[in-house]
Amino acid sequence: MSPDLLDLGAQRMQQAQARALTAPGGSGGRAAGYAHPLQAGVVDVSHGRILYLEDVTVSFDGFRALNKLSLDIAPGELRCIIGPNGAGKTTLMDVITGKTRPDSGTVYFGSTINLLRHNEPEIAALGIGRKFQKPTVFENLTVFENLELALACHKGVWASMRFKLQAEQRDRLAQVLHTIELSQQCHALAGSLSHGQKQWLEIGMLLMQEPKLLLLDEPVAGMTDAETERTAELLTQLKQHHSLIVVEHDMGFVRSICSKVTVLCEGALLAEGTLDEVQADERVIEVYLGR
Amino acid sequence: MIDMPRSDFSGLNVPSKPLFSRAGWAALLCAALLVCVVVPVLNLWLPPDHALHLSDFMVGLLGKILTYAICALAIGMIWGQAGILSLGHGLFFALGGYVMGMYLMRQIGADGVYGSALPDFMVFLGWTELPWYWALSHSFVATLLLVVLVPGALAFLFGYLAFRSRITGVYFSIITQALTLAAMLLFFRNETGFGGNNGFTDFRRILGFPLATAEMRVILFAISGVTLLGCVLLVRWLLKSKFGRVLHAIRDAESRVMFCGYNPLPYKLSLWVISAAMCGVAGALYVPQVGIINPSEMSPANSIEMAIWAAVGGRASLIGPIAGAFLVNGAKSVLTVSFPEYWLFFLGALFIVVTLFMPNGLAGVAQQAWAKLRRVRA
Amino acid sequence: MSGTTTPFAFRKHIGCCLLLLCALWSAAAHALNPEDAWALAEGETATRIEALNRLALSDSQRAHDLIRALAREAVQVQGQQVLIADNGRWTDATTGAAVDGTGAVAVMLNNRLRNALEQSLAVLDLFDPDPVRQQAAAQRLRESQLTSPDPVLAAQIERALLPPYGQRLAAEARLTLEQAQAVVRLGSSGAPQRMAAAQVLAELAQPLVRNRLAEQLERETDLAVQQALRTAVASIDRTLALAEVVRQVFTGLSLGSILLLVALGLAITYGLLGVINMAHGELIMIGAYATFMVHTLFQQFLPGWFEWYLLAALPTAFMAAALVGALMERGVIRWLYGRPLETLLATWGLSLILIQLVRSTFGAQNVAVVSPQWMSGGVEVMSGLTLPWNRIFIIAFAAAVVIGVALFIGRTRMGLFVRGVTQNRPMAACMGVNTARIDTLAFAFGSGIAGLAGVAVSQIGNVAPDLGQQYIIDSFMVVVLGGVGQLAGTVYAALGLGVVNKFIEGWAGAVLAKIAVLVLIILIIQKRPQGLFALKGRSA
Repeated sequence: MSPDLLDLGAQRMQQAQARALTAPGGSGGRAAGYAHPLQAGVVDVSHGRILYLEDVTVSFDGFRALNKLSLDIAPGELRCIIGPNGAGKTTLMDVITGKTRPDSGTVYFGSTINLLRHNEPEIAALGIGRKFQKPTVFENLTVFENLELALACHKGVWASMRFKLQAEQRDRLAQVLHTIELSQQCHALAGSLSHGQKQWLEIGMLLMQEPKLLLLDEPVAGMTDAETERTAELLTQLKQHHSLIVVEHDMGFVRSICSKVTVLCEGALLAEGTLDEVQADERVIEVYLGR
Repeated sequence: MIDMPRSDFSGLNVPSKPLFSRAGWAALLCAALLVCVVVPVLNLWLPPDHALHLSDFMVGLLGKILTYAICALAIGMIWGQAGILSLGHGLFFALGGYVMGMYLMRQIGADGVYGSALPDFMVFLGWTELPWYWALSHSFVATLLLVVLVPGALAFLFGYLAFRSRITGVYFSIITQALTLAAMLLFFRNETGFGGNNGFTDFRRILGFPLATAEMRVILFAISGVTLLGCVLLVRWLLKSKFGRVLHAIRDAESRVMFCGYNPLPYKLSLWVISAAMCGVAGALYVPQVGIINPSEMSPANSIEMAIWAAVGGRASLIGPIAGAFLVNGAKSVLTVSFPEYWLFFLGALFIVVTLFMPNGLAGVAQQAWAKLRRVRA
Repeated sequence: MSGTTTPFAFRKHIGCCLLLLCALWSAAAHALNPEDAWALAEGETATRIEALNRLALSDSQRAHDLIRALAREAVQVQGQQVLIADNGRWTDATTGAAVDGTGAVAVMLNNRLRNALEQSLAVLDLFDPDPVRQQAAAQRLRESQLTSPDPVLAAQIERALLPPYGQRLAAEARLTLEQAQAVVRLGSSGAPQRMAAAQVLAELAQPLVRNRLAEQLERETDLAVQQALRTAVASIDRTLALAEVVRQVFTGLSLGSILLLVALGLAITYGLLGVINMAHGELIMIGAYATFMVHTLFQQFLPGWFEWYLLAALPTAFMAAALVGALMERGVIRWLYGRPLETLLATWGLSLILIQLVRSTFGAQNVAVVSPQWMSGGVEVMSGLTLPWNRIFIIAFAAAVVIGVALFIGRTRMGLFVRGVTQNRPMAACMGVNTARIDTLAFAFGSGIAGLAGVAVSQIGNVAPDLGQQYIIDSFMVVVLGGVGQLAGTVYAALGLGVVNKFIEGWAGAVLAKIAVLVLIILIIQKRPQGLFALKGRSA
């Protein structure tokens, strides 16, 4: 064995391990097998899962919004969730972010963080960011203040009282402003923006939070084609270092961004796979088109 | 993170945020001079028959209204910035007043009617020793601390329970009414040990100095004024900081703020406790100037009247509630002397007119007029 | 025929003798000796009392009349004759003949004699043909023995229980007399008598009786009698405790029913319209003053119909309060929909104006509203527990109002519109419902119910301009606790708060009860912030 071959072998070993870590369904290689210290509050993705739901059931006064739903997302994955109205997509996001407590089931962030034990601010601070269906920005604050609010930092009372914007925070803010193309409207009130601009502001706030998992509920609703394309580019770029769940109805957009699609119907998983597989599935056709 | 060329954002204009503009600091200084120099001169130095002489009665009245203005500022702060309307702040005001009253009662010493070390009402009830909660009332320093701590602690407990269960809006306001009513009923009982329905009165001295002199009145007036200015500075600092912006966001969209990672409970609770402590301090300044404290200060109607001072002046502004307190109490002093039956009609009509036509109070009206003027000029 | 009496004549003789005998007998039955009459009218108090006791138990109707006349101070003396004077006409006490008594002198009465007279009257009443009066007399005798035992009276009671008098007693009166007898026999020397007395008294659940039994227990030496006494005391304690619980539950329900009436209108306006009306108490006050005006009108112009003034007061109060409510809604509140905190302040201003208006018109002090006769008094449910009629009527009234409101909201077309506007205002407007008019009508309806509450309040409390202030905060608490959107919540919360308040009041007093209730509500709200019965849903 020559040294070059040894080096080559080591490189291939590393690449294989890296692939195994990020591949959906992979179990993370050797690191998962050995005992490793648990750090509180840090998301542990050594098992190749960043989000894990099992048998989650939510009922409202007898109506089942989610019916024994199981789902898992690998780190760095962009999963699209589609389904007819009332399928439980928004309820799913409510459960993940802590807005709704499921009647039964488990929800884990990484392998160790039980999301059911935390409330909304804690879950947001842990690294799950959400963009709502309707753009909900703070209308009475300026664009700048909106982004500053979303800045990832200590969110306690005393920290807020003493808060002064650091230089690198300022730079990040400017960066995000540039990305969402609202640099001109930096000091305008958020309430005075157009619908599309508000959507982008909200995406910008999401970026400021530096989350590990992004939940996007219909991010391109009401956007023009150009804006939709820009959003697709942004999301694809985010995919490398973040995990995303996108709920959408626009199939063209879905095709352009993600590889794996989950179909929900009446609160339960109907089908999973690539968009082509799902679109050819008989049950999915029946549910969407009726018969 | 997304890599973008760094040259694009060197021109980011972060607004610099001093506490006050130059004009603002000048106004503060003028107010301080007015309170500490001008009024004492007008009262003590000018002879009584001079046209500009300020009578003792006026000094007392203005001092009282200054303490009311602190309350109005506190209520306006929490209502305007956090959207929480408290109709029970009179309770914190009265609690601060009672704490100071306890100290003043002890200071009467053996000069009371019964000539005993115990306050007169205790001798009258046949008590032989001080209850445990009067233990610290001989010390001025302890009294000063308790003036802030007692209303603050009650506000903390109540606020924690209320905000934790996310009681907001009208439910919160009417529960504060019930709270102050219950406290008033409690203090009316003689067994509670706070003087029953007579309360505390007949004070003699504070820190060894007699209370009833003109100099002491002016000093208390000046202290009230300076405290008011201090509170103005505190409120301004709080609201200019990120703390204030987060509160605005909580007021407008509480659930959205939670998704940004902020827990609204500590924010609302800290502002609530600060406003209660401010009212407690105001009450402590009120009692030596007025010379009496009794449970009717805790009446539900009293607290609602405090809320209207903030509404008249404009709750979202800093100076508005102060102006509102002066205006309404000034009108009250005039009307209850000349036309006592009409005072309640006037007050009731004030409530209706302000909420219907001036939702942002006088400050809002002034702002609109100013904006119109600038448009006309431009 | 000569020398022999015919059979007819013989029968005539017998008849005459019988007639004479009857006359003599009836004369004896009605006879009153002049000496006895004189002994009662004049002389030493002790001899007079002795004569009184003797005459009370006699069969003589004249003697009874004389005693009653003495009690109403209608006995006078002329020479040696004893006369009864009635409206300027005199009759001889012994013969009953009419006499001219001008110049007769009234006999003297002192307190001892009066007390003895009272007891004797009671004894006389024992033989009244009306069983209700018999029972009343027996109860008077029993109470007097409980408070101050009198051996003379005891002797009279003994005699009254024996034949021939005992047979004339009704069963209930007899039982009561036996209890009176037992009170005295508790202290007798014979143990069997004491035991029998204890067993009789065990059935009489009164605090005074219990005290007597307990006193006797302390002095008692005989073991069997001690046991009987202990059992009697325990039995009475149980009954008294039960009566106390029933009383508290009833008072709690009564308070709760008033809270319900007061809070029902508030729950409607808040639940359906999102408006907390701080002037709600003043609407109650208006209803109470409307009742006062109707009551005064009836007193002055229709005194014969006074008992029925409430029937006229109900619609008047409802309409008056509804009118004021509609004016408030049209004039002020409609401009503030969507701004609940400002509505609080504006309605508070309205309440100040209303109070001052009423104060200027009617004066600041209480006005008296007299309840009709059929609402006074009470019904005795258990031994020692009387439930007042006015509160029973108010509970029934509150129930009727709740049913009426439920029917209106649930079954009528107007109620359907109100529900529609509440749940989805824009859709209802699209369907052609005039939402502004529905708002006003619903607000007026809620205010009218407050007016009805005012009618109820006027019957049991003072009516003054600040009447509303007493009830308003309690009604807020009912709405907070019960949640809005469902009538059931208001009903349960009001009744529950009333009962809990009264129970705590029994231990700790009214003020601490109020504080405890407030703390309780705050703690319950921790678990269910929207109230106990609010509708749960996704938009929580």
